[in-house]
Amino acid sequence: MSIDGQSMPGPGAPARETSVPATRRAVIVGGNRIPFARAGGAYAKSSNQDMLTAALDGLIARFGLQDERIGQVAAGAVLKHSRDFNLTREAVLGSALSAETPVYDLQQACATGLEAVVGLANKIKLGQIESGIAGGVDSASDAPVVVSEGLREVILDLNRAKTLPQRLQILSRLRPKDLAPLAPGTSEPRTGLSMGEHQALTTAQWKIAREAQDELALNSHRNLAAAYDSGFFDDLMTPYRGLTRDGNLRADTSMEKLAGLKPVFGRSLGADATMTAGNSTPLTDGAATVLLASDEWADARDLPKLAAVVDAEAAAVDFVHGKDGLLMAPVFAVPRLLARQKLTLADIDYFEIHEAFAATVLSTLAAWEDEEFGRTRLGLEGAFGSIDRSRLNVHGSSLAAGHPFAATGGRIVATLAKMLHAKGNSDGRPARGLVSVCAAGGQGVVAILESL
Amino acid sequence: MTDTYTRLVSDGPGRNIAKKLGLPQPAALRRYEPGQALLTGPVVVQGSTPGADKLAAELLSWDLDVRRHPVPAEKLGAIILVLDEVEHPGDLEKPVLAAAASLRDLRPGGRVITVSRPASEASSPAAAAARQGVDGFLRSLAKELRAGATGNGVLLANGVEPTSPSSLGAIRFFLSGRSSFVDGQFLEVSSAAGALPADTDKPLAGKVAVVTGAARGIGAQIARTLYRDGATLVLVDIPAAGEQLAAVANEVRATALQLDISAADAGQRIIDHAVQRHGKLDIVVHNAGITRDKLLANMDQARWSSVININIAAQLRINEALLASEHFRSSPRIVSVASTSGIAGNRGQTNYAASKGGVMGMVRATAPIVGARGGTINAVAPGFIETEMTARIPFAVREIARRLNSLQQGGLPSDVAETIAFLASDAAGGINGEVLRVCGQNLVGA
Repeated sequence: MSIDGQSMPGPGAPARETSVPATRRAVIVGGNRIPFARAGGAYAKSSNQDMLTAALDGLIARFGLQDERIGQVAAGAVLKHSRDFNLTREAVLGSALSAETPVYDLQQACATGLEAVVGLANKIKLGQIESGIAGGVDSASDAPVVVSEGLREVILDLNRAKTLPQRLQILSRLRPKDLAPLAPGTSEPRTGLSMGEHQALTTAQWKIAREAQDELALNSHRNLAAAYDSGFFDDLMTPYRGLTRDGNLRADTSMEKLAGLKPVFGRSLGADATMTAGNSTPLTDGAATVLLASDEWADARDLPKLAAVVDAEAAAVDFVHGKDGLLMAPVFAVPRLLARQKLTLADIDYFEIHEAFAATVLSTLAAWEDEEFGRTRLGLEGAFGSIDRSRLNVHGSSLAAGHPFAATGGRIVATLAKMLHAKGNSDGRPARGLVSVCAAGGQGVVAILESL
Repeated sequence: MTDTYTRLVSDGPGRNIAKKLGLPQPAALRRYEPGQALLTGPVVVQGSTPGADKLAAELLSWDLDVRRHPVPAEKLGAIILVLDEVEHPGDLEKPVLAAAASLRDLRPGGRVITVSRPASEASSPAAAAARQGVDGFLRSLAKELRAGATGNGVLLANGVEPTSPSSLGAIRFFLSGRSSFVDGQFLEVSSAAGALPADTDKPLAGKVAVVTGAARGIGAQIARTLYRDGATLVLVDIPAAGEQLAAVANEVRATALQLDISAADAGQRIIDHAVQRHGKLDIVVHNAGITRDKLLANMDQARWSSVININIAAQLRINEALLASEHFRSSPRIVSVASTSGIAGNRGQTNYAASKGGVMGMVRATAPIVGARGGTINAVAPGFIETEMTARIPFAVREIARRLNSLQQGGLPSDVAETIAFLASDAAGGINGEVLRVCGQNLVGA
């Protein structure tokens, strides 16, 4: 591989020819999350640390991990206060785990939770740790509000000033506009476009119909509601602050109700605008955790083993120059991952494709089904393929559950692990699941899990 | 802890004022803490039978000061009246009057315990009269005792010695601070089964116990008490109570199982969880219960059926699964929470009382089935217990309800929990099909 960027293979080519054989398995014992709340709702007064601690404590109670020294806890938040530089460590110290549990914080936008799972699974496979808890949390309600750049510079300069005249001179630089606080933006720094506006461009490029988006959103709500009704989440969730179900879930929504919503993104497209509040994820608060272990560690504690983390792949796209859509990185990551594992889409029993927007999922599927895209962008002989839609997000996904950015990976991994375990072996092979999470900055992380 | 009024009249000027006005003067009860001495002061064992001699000898081995004849003016911890061989009401006179002479020397929080036999098994009308006489005697004496002292009776089935494991277990329970709100009650020992614990502070060591309704109130306290006594716990409550359940589980190092006990497969899921995570299942405490109070004239189907479903139908279904399971065969223990409402009735609680009466009927009928497996099933019937639930009763009604018992105060969740812990222990292995009230000798529904 050349270090000259121009001669590097395109994003569709395999990243490397050989894979390092894993020394042992990393298994998913189970997970716990708190119900996700709409921003400004039940968790309006809860901090990231509060929510992550609650999610950890529920996991500890479910699996009897009180005073346990976990090999490592890895978690993060996307919207993070500067004071929370040790967010995960503080949450662990406030939890029932041993205070001797080491942690690290990480941040990979919406892929934070999945990347935490992958990182800890790799450490377990390498024998560096025996157990790990991967997690993620986000609060859109308790978001950091920062001072303006002008005020910040004045404060820092004041701190450095030594004499009164110096201080007065510095203060005189202050202008009224500097006093206005800045709320966190969700727009991409290099394009100035919000994630929704970026997706609207992709949606238009792939000609994703409004009805198709609404239908995907409807399925998400129906599937999630059915999962709740069947008790599916009883051992995946611990209520928090009076909330026992995801606050965003609308079990009674319908195509008519969804069709009545006005577009909120891509309005410059006029009549072609298709993305509404109904087929886009809302801002959400919540936290999720996943317990990972070596076989030995799980067996010694008589813990269940639901699934193994088989492999993972990250990808990024050049959305800045418009080469690909902002949220299209998984489109490239999945073919590379499946090729490395010598698998095809037909070998996957369950697809968990994060619903940042209904159109994100549909654009991804459209790209995979497109002959020319397969040839020119993925380096394949034709289309990558299509998936059996009955295998997609079968217990609902982010459109219904909500999407507290860093918590989504943990939600999906624990849900999928339970589904795979329930399906178990068939046709002489374990059940396989694919997780795909797109992220800000044109990134994406995907992973394969396998039933145990 | 205790209610404000009890604190107010326990000492200082409040005590004098209450005394002058003739107001109730509830005493602060002697409650068990690990490491605490079984009793302060000597025990007088009255009675001249071989059983009395053997019991006195056994009590000596508990490091108690045992007297066969009271020393004048010596303050006593307890008086035990061994009446195991009374054949005629006239036989009661000598031991009873001997005990009477010592009553004024009983220390605060003292104990009077009768050891006798059930009238139902008497061989003659005279023996039955004597045995039943003990019942009336003890219940009246318990109402005369003051300063937190209690009186309770152990009934030994014919052939069961006063020194049998569960006789000793019951006597030890009644002597201790574990039974502080149990007053004026009889507990029957039906067999010589059972074993005294190696460590009296950890009587449940090595046991795996399930507690339903463990997220709050009495259930949470049962979890704490069983944990303190050495048990490994599985705590069950409905998914919606998961946050509180997790907090209790983390406090007592348990595993939390979010489960609706009225689900058809609840019993199997409880067994599966206990066996997978803890290797076995020894004790099940059916504590989960709800109230949906309404006068019968205003009762609707939802209120009636939900109470019956959760409070008794679920227990029946779970017991069926337990009794069918190969994992519940080694000295299994079931303890159910009934209620004095189910005994005496309570206005506005027809549904609740039906369900709790049902619990007692179920316990008695299940006893032979569990007994055949070497296990036991028993119930506790709490009276007025200070909980979040009773705190919502209007003040005047609450104040009357909590004073209407011999101890003139409400019990604490821990009082219920201590009794359950005892019934779940090996020391209670000879006690089966019993309903023990934890009510401070409530004046109604005796």
